[in-house]
Amino acid sequence: MNIEKGLFYTKDHDWIKIDGNQATIGISDYAQHALGDITFVELPGIGKEIKQQETLSTIESVKAASDIYAPLSGKVIKVNEALNETPELINTSTYNEGWIAVVELDKPSEKENLMDATRYEEYLKTLE
Amino acid sequence: MDTKKTPLFEEHRKLNAKFGPFGGWDMPISYSGIIQEHNWTRNSACVFDICHMGEFIISGPKTAEALNKIVTMNVKKMPLESCKYGFMLNEAGGVIDDLIVYKIEADKFMMVVNAATTDKDFANLKEHLPQDVILKNVSGEIAKIDLQGPLSGEIIKDVLSVDVSPLDYYTFSSYNFLGQENIISRTGYTGELGFEIYVEADKAVELWSKLLKDERVKPAGLGARDTLRLEMSYPLYGHELNDETSPLEAGLKIFVDLEKDFIAKDILLKKQREGLKKRLVCFKVNSRRAPRNGYKILKNNNEIGLVTSGSFSPSLGYGIGMGFVSSEYKEAGTMITLTDSKAQLEAEIIKRPFYKNGSLRHPITRK
Repeated sequence: MNIEKGLFYTKDHDWIKIDGNQATIGISDYAQHALGDITFVELPGIGKEIKQQETLSTIESVKAASDIYAPLSGKVIKVNEALNETPELINTSTYNEGWIAVVELDKPSEKENLMDATRYEEYLKTLE
Repeated sequence: MDTKKTPLFEEHRKLNAKFGPFGGWDMPISYSGIIQEHNWTRNSACVFDICHMGEFIISGPKTAEALNKIVTMNVKKMPLESCKYGFMLNEAGGVIDDLIVYKIEADKFMMVVNAATTDKDFANLKEHLPQDVILKNVSGEIAKIDLQGPLSGEIIKDVLSVDVSPLDYYTFSSYNFLGQENIISRTGYTGELGFEIYVEADKAVELWSKLLKDERVKPAGLGARDTLRLEMSYPLYGHELNDETSPLEAGLKIFVDLEKDFIAKDILLKKQREGLKKRLVCFKVNSRRAPRNGYKILKNNNEIGLVTSGSFSPSLGYGIGMGFVSSEYKEAGTMITLTDSKAQLEAEIIKRPFYKNGSLRHPITRK
């Protein structure tokens, strides 16, 4: 499994890139591999206020639909429109072109609950 | 209950397959990815481990006559070395299983049945066949490996040195390869030219490996098998077919010979006379979203039915599905809404199948 350094992760297998008070959110390589071919991504509306653990997006693979929960609270300020036509970017470019949304953070302190790459790697080992 | 493993289980592990439970078996769902396997089957050829399905040999004097009373197809009229798709029904006309009968001799047949229903099917045959007909469950001794795709005929010729080009759609023959006589039928569940190969279980790994050595062949799992069959609107037992639904509601009357006698024929005739209350329909979604088994089907906010199968269609690029609706809404062109607690999809009922460019009836020719 590819775990990108410098990003944060959740137990739900989201990745988060923190840049000041903004967070870019995607799903980890472990998650995209578990889901298989992604065929549809329901993007949140821009301006949507979202609380930590609320549904941010729904991702469909050939076999199933899965909810993606917001790892942090805030306001959606950007979404990855490219996923409308090419949702498979989540499979092929998980940590770059496969990002889902950018959220302006309400409570930057929430990020203390996130795991860094090393801790996420340890967490994945407990799932094996 | 422990899940069962096919003779190819270790081969799938070596290929890093993703596994999942199916009909009591631990089966490969995908290897490189469902869409890639799907497309490779449509364009070249894929090999599928179908060892989980059941096989029975039914033989002895007057077998054809006895079997004819249990299945919906007319096995007496079948030519030798032909296959026929049909059903075993319960007393109420519901489907015990959908199956394929192979006519080996005038009074000797092989029946191929679904994995999850094998025991139930065997019990039903045992109950209804007369004492002097010999019924043998050979599921454990026979391995079934499917090769499906437009190049499958030439691959079999190159890899097994067997010329299957005389086989018409839904016929079979016995061939000598791997040091024994084996049945190959020109049948499948993908909509492509394809073959189902039956060998002794201890030859499964050898056959699998030989086929995969050819660079035109890739392994495909049950995930692609499901999207391929759905694009052809082929029913899957437990979804479109079950103990409570007759083949008539499922739109499969052509696989029921109402000219002969069989279990529940009277019930089917009565249903036909009185009119069917629900019908199986195919629908396409107006986006990439997929309906799923159990979604409600709505018309003008009224519930008119339920989705039985749904997926993203890799060949067509949009969501497709099948489900049962009240008969009055079955016509192609009817706009419907598919919902569960979270999703709401707009869809249109269309004529089957979804995918029309399959090679299944193409002649087997070399390029």
